[in-house]
Amino acid sequence: MKNIQFNKYYKLFTLISSGLAIISILLLIFKGLNFGIDFKGGTLIELRAIDKQINISSLRSSFSKMNLGDVAIKNFGEDYDFLIKFEKKGPEKDLIQNIKKDLNASIGSGYEIRRVENVGPKVSAELLKGGLIAIAVSLGAMLFYIWIRFEWQFSIGAILALFHDVLITMGIFSLIGLEVNLSIVAAILTIVGYSMNDTVVIFDRVRENLKKHIDLKIFDLTNLSINETLSRTIITSVTTLLALLSIFLFGGEILKGFSFAMILGVILGTYSSIFIANPILVNLKVNYKTIVKEEN
Amino acid sequence: MLYFSKLRIFTILIASLFFLFFTLSNFTKLDDSFFNKKINLGLDLQGGSYLLLEIDNEPIITKELQNKITFLKTYFKDKNINIFNLKIYNQNSIRFETDETNVELIKDIFFDKEEPVNPFYEKYKSHQFDLENQNNIFTITLSKYGIIELKNSSLDQAIEIVRRRIDEVGTNEPNILKRGNDRILVELPGLDDPMRIKNLLGKTANLTFRFVSKSTEAEFGTDLMEFEDGSESPVYINKRIILSGENLLDAQPRVDSQTNETVVTFSLDRVGAKRFGKATISGVGKRFAIILDDKIISAPVIQEAIVDGSGQITGGFTFQSATDLALLLRSGALPAPMNIIEERTVGPGLGKDSIKAGVLALIIGFSLVIAFMIFKYKIFGLIANTALIFNLFFLVGILTLFEATLTLPGIAGIILTVGMAVDANVLIFERIKEEKAHEKNQLIAFDSGYTKSRTAILDANITTFIAAIILFFLGSGPIKGFSITLGVGILTTLFSVYFIARLLTSLYIVRNKDKEIKI
Repeated sequence: MKNIQFNKYYKLFTLISSGLAIISILLLIFKGLNFGIDFKGGTLIELRAIDKQINISSLRSSFSKMNLGDVAIKNFGEDYDFLIKFEKKGPEKDLIQNIKKDLNASIGSGYEIRRVENVGPKVSAELLKGGLIAIAVSLGAMLFYIWIRFEWQFSIGAILALFHDVLITMGIFSLIGLEVNLSIVAAILTIVGYSMNDTVVIFDRVRENLKKHIDLKIFDLTNLSINETLSRTIITSVTTLLALLSIFLFGGEILKGFSFAMILGVILGTYSSIFIANPILVNLKVNYKTIVKEEN
Repeated sequence: MLYFSKLRIFTILIASLFFLFFTLSNFTKLDDSFFNKKINLGLDLQGGSYLLLEIDNEPIITKELQNKITFLKTYFKDKNINIFNLKIYNQNSIRFETDETNVELIKDIFFDKEEPVNPFYEKYKSHQFDLENQNNIFTITLSKYGIIELKNSSLDQAIEIVRRRIDEVGTNEPNILKRGNDRILVELPGLDDPMRIKNLLGKTANLTFRFVSKSTEAEFGTDLMEFEDGSESPVYINKRIILSGENLLDAQPRVDSQTNETVVTFSLDRVGAKRFGKATISGVGKRFAIILDDKIISAPVIQEAIVDGSGQITGGFTFQSATDLALLLRSGALPAPMNIIEERTVGPGLGKDSIKAGVLALIIGFSLVIAFMIFKYKIFGLIANTALIFNLFFLVGILTLFEATLTLPGIAGIILTVGMAVDANVLIFERIKEEKAHEKNQLIAFDSGYTKSRTAILDANITTFIAAIILFFLGSGPIKGFSITLGVGILTTLFSVYFIARLLTSLYIVRNKDKEIKI
């Protein structure tokens, strides 16, 4: 077993995390999130150029003539793949056909449309609401679970760690301007599960040690528990990250945002289990009596 | 924790073979349908089109209110109850007035479950209309359940028409489902250009035959209508309907042998043939219009009486457009217009690339995890890895058994399961290490390692499982696929850890009980 003095850094990291959380909130309020068409509505076209003459500027100039409003075009993975997004208001049945016609006239037919997504304003509003509900319900369910499994001090520690992870992940998404779509919601829910899982393992050990070392102060007891479970924490994070990295690097463009969010979440989740959840136990002065009271 | 009876070993073996069989079933072709199951590929992997249609129910509500007004008029006349100023009020209501003496009587009639005036829905315990009155002025409004009933019945009709239209096009295994009470979800696997289907579904296909009015100015009982192809300037059309699409028995595209033009021929039912005959006998020399969804397709002059109940529509069709028009006429009109409010189409090329990328990521992720576990735990890493391989077979086997749909996020869920599945074994191994530090008897150390790690393992897996369940119920489409693989993955992980890995551990330590076992 290793013996690292994690508890010496509780204050420092609590401070850093609070800072990051505040910055994230400010980012979310003032910069906001870059919602994809799932949540904002609009049209997305993934286009592959077969003709090598077709490039981002030729696409830009031909799309700008189509009267589609604000069109965003960017490379998508490979040099010859492009993602075109615009917010076309109002339904237009022949939209894609007209775009094809216009493209054929301006850049020829040396391209392939690989994906089309069109989300109406009503559906996008519903998807956004559904996503928020899903995240809220999952946080609620975790809270409920940990409340029946542990004492309230532990619940607060675990939930604050969860909020921390979700908040900072979203803050980073806002900072870099990465697109938030349905798969990011899935990633957040999985992060919630993972972060909880990591915290619970350490808490389980804290509770066990509270009975075993009655005279040990919670400040040292959390440190002991973290150290005892440290190799597990690291090994599991490493294997999970290995899996996620291979999705990120080899799983294709569509899964990039999802796996990136997950990677952030796993790193933050591992960190917060140690440096957020445990200091809260210390602050709430958890001791032997906390758990004995419950069990009698 | 470490003792396994022969029976138990046998059961584990059978279960493993069972799921192994179903995993392999994906790659074989057997004739027996029960034993040859396959995982369904989601639209994002096999390519295809997902369309969400919403019925615009406003015209239906208006129509229902109009019918109600006609009904009320005759009903109260028959009963000799005087009502007046009967009209549609706001959008969902009808208002009328009556004499003071009839107020109570009308109230009684409207709340009588047996009266046809205001039908009572037994299943909702509610009338079709809510009744309000201010003295002698009555307002009846469609009740919450009246609207639901109306929407449901129009949805039932619409889904039937949608199904007929899609079946006529002959796409591969379409999936057509109700969503709520005004939406229809259509999944069309393998279709990379849904243009034609979208066009077909976007049309109400309300066909009417009416006379063209002689006047060139707006007149009572006429509508100004445009030509579909814009070949002529708009003309006034009589409101009276000679024939509607309901009278059609069949419609087919044909090439007229004389003019070489593509036409749609139709045949009418008996009622339709009679009416059409009567109209054409008296109308020789007049012009009549064939109108689809408020646009004139053509307006020929009646050359002679048509009494055999068949005819043809010309309108400068291509063979494709004639085929589609005939299809729309055969399948019938939608009860109300429908809008496509969400579309997701993936081409087959992207689907194949996604499968390739997903499988590559799985192989690499799997190999990395396996290598890491061997590096970290040597022989026990091997045991954990064997459990992991079994885990994959169980997971894929269960997905196959239930013929679940695998999506790209679903593949991500499998890869993530690979990464997180070793966690349980890591928890156990780390605990055993700790136990060994103060327990001389290594059999006891192993045993208590398993026992003491159990709560942590359960807690840890339940939390992820909760997240997966919530995703399953609240997520949509591909995300659902992710929640399925993640959730099932947790169950198979626990099984493979507690049965496969524990069995192998037990066999290994019993064989080496006299030696020092390193973990």
